[in-house]
Amino acid sequence: MPGAPIVEIRHLFKSYRRGGLVIPVLHDLSFDIAQGEFMALMGPSGSGKSTLLNLIAGIDKPDSGELRIGEQDISALSESELADWRAANIGFIFQFYNLMPVLSAFENIELPLLLTNLGRRDRRERVEFSLQMVGLAERAAHYPSELSGGQQQRVAIARAIITDPLLIVADEPTGDLDRVSAAEILALLERLNREMGKTIVMVTHDQRASERARVIKHLDKGELADDESIAVKV
Amino acid sequence: MYFAKLVVRNAMRHRLRTGLTLLGIVVAIVAFGLLRTVVEAWFAGAENASATRLVTRNAISLVFPLPITYRERIRQVDGVDSVSHANWFGGVYVTERNFFPQFAVDADSYFPLYPEYRLEPEQWSAFLRDRKGCVVGRKLARQHGFKVGDVVALRGTIFPGTWEFVVRAIYDGADANTDTSQFFFHWEYLNETLKKKLPRRSNTVGVYVIGIDQASNAAAVSASVDRMFRNSLAETLTETEKAFQLGFVAMTEAIVTAIQMVSFLVIFIIMAVMANTMAMTARERLAEYATMKALGFGPARLIGLIFGESLAIALVGAGLGIAATFPVAQWFAGQTGTLFPVFGVSQETVALQLAAALLVGAVAALFPGLRAARLRIVDGLRNIG
Repeated sequence: MPGAPIVEIRHLFKSYRRGGLVIPVLHDLSFDIAQGEFMALMGPSGSGKSTLLNLIAGIDKPDSGELRIGEQDISALSESELADWRAANIGFIFQFYNLMPVLSAFENIELPLLLTNLGRRDRRERVEFSLQMVGLAERAAHYPSELSGGQQQRVAIARAIITDPLLIVADEPTGDLDRVSAAEILALLERLNREMGKTIVMVTHDQRASERARVIKHLDKGELADDESIAVKV
Repeated sequence: MYFAKLVVRNAMRHRLRTGLTLLGIVVAIVAFGLLRTVVEAWFAGAENASATRLVTRNAISLVFPLPITYRERIRQVDGVDSVSHANWFGGVYVTERNFFPQFAVDADSYFPLYPEYRLEPEQWSAFLRDRKGCVVGRKLARQHGFKVGDVVALRGTIFPGTWEFVVRAIYDGADANTDTSQFFFHWEYLNETLKKKLPRRSNTVGVYVIGIDQASNAAAVSASVDRMFRNSLAETLTETEKAFQLGFVAMTEAIVTAIQMVSFLVIFIIMAVMANTMAMTARERLAEYATMKALGFGPARLIGLIFGESLAIALVGAGLGIAATFPVAQWFAGQTGTLFPVFGVSQETVALQLAAALLVGAVAALFPGLRAARLRIVDGLRNIG
């Protein structure tokens, strides 16, 4: 069950500049994400949900406001500090998998571990465990081009969990998949959340995907639609 | 190991593109090496000159001779160990295309001054005994098929008539840089013939070659010799053998400069080609770089990957290019005959080829590397799908 807040967002503002124009994206957002939560961020295109996910993941910086993740105010970190922080705390799942095409499934999953002090044997054990977790033990030597979309996304999930991160962020993880593969990926995410207690924040347009989450937050024009829209699943 | 694997696989991702880039580098490195070797060959005479040999010529011009009587006076100068003399003959062997240098020399004194010319004692004795004998270098003998005992006829251009010589000796070089494309015969034979046919031109020499006791005396001995003949009918100009040889190179300096410029231009062109390849490569991989950055890899790691790939391609190209330079240079030397007495790819040229390749690889990776380092993750991730 979800516990104490792991993500604390306070008065978060974010805007983009296009030419001389300032386009506000997120406006005074404040909310928490509890440890062990599985949250779906929904909203129409341009509502700011991907921007919010990027901020939570530490790949973009807010204009102002406080963004604390696991006791760390990441809005105050430098670029290199953020890189180290992401390596240790965030697992990424992208819509288009973002695997390295020249690396095998095994090597793709191993990639984040190269930033740790683990030796080759430890890395191998972890990768093999992750491959088993996602049901791809037989596909370790296969390259992304030799895998289906669903299998590639499972490799990406294995890569996301390999460092045992504090938080998994998923940006439209089923957006490029057929219905069967999408269901498999969602089931896997749900399992990671329920069985391993992983905190997951997922951006999605897909109603079926959001139904797998414990909490759904709706964003509209950079603001939470209203607090009542938070749907807690049983 | 992991990143080395990634570099190699990235380099092989577009085999055709990498192959064509490699081909370009190989051609550029071969061309650069060949042109550098030509420039070195141009300077070979000067580079191989002895520091203890001086050359005395007519102060007005090399085409004006010096009297043979100067020899004994030069010998008396302090610091002079030995004196010899030589005349440029300028004969034609069959056709003008068969150019090679020919000298009428005082054999007894000339060859001891050039210990780098190695002769068999029996052949040397036979040459000394035969007034019409000649000594040819190994390279020249190989090129024209000269053997000991062959008669070689030269058509004189400076000294009219047909001159026949018998090959009595073939000399080898002490090392690969020794010029073995020359032809020597007895000055006495030339002089006696001139006495009969052109008496006014007899008893003259083209240059004196002076052996000195130590290289540090070169300036003093040169000054003493030239002072001795000041205000005479044939004033002299004495200089080190190296300076004498460089004087010839200076006459063709514009050509040497042009060749050098072309050699650098070749490298510049391949640098542009390689830079374009790496820029295309980096542009295609922006999403991958963004993903790696998102996973926590810093800019230095991305720069390392791009530099590694660029340097790997450049170094493979350099290796193949350097390997190909040797047979190409050998073929080129065969085509040019004795135009370049010494023509070989030096270690310095190989080092320059390697350095040029490294420079090409590094410069080509510079801008893509910086671009990847500065890439904002959110911008890079938009480059997919």
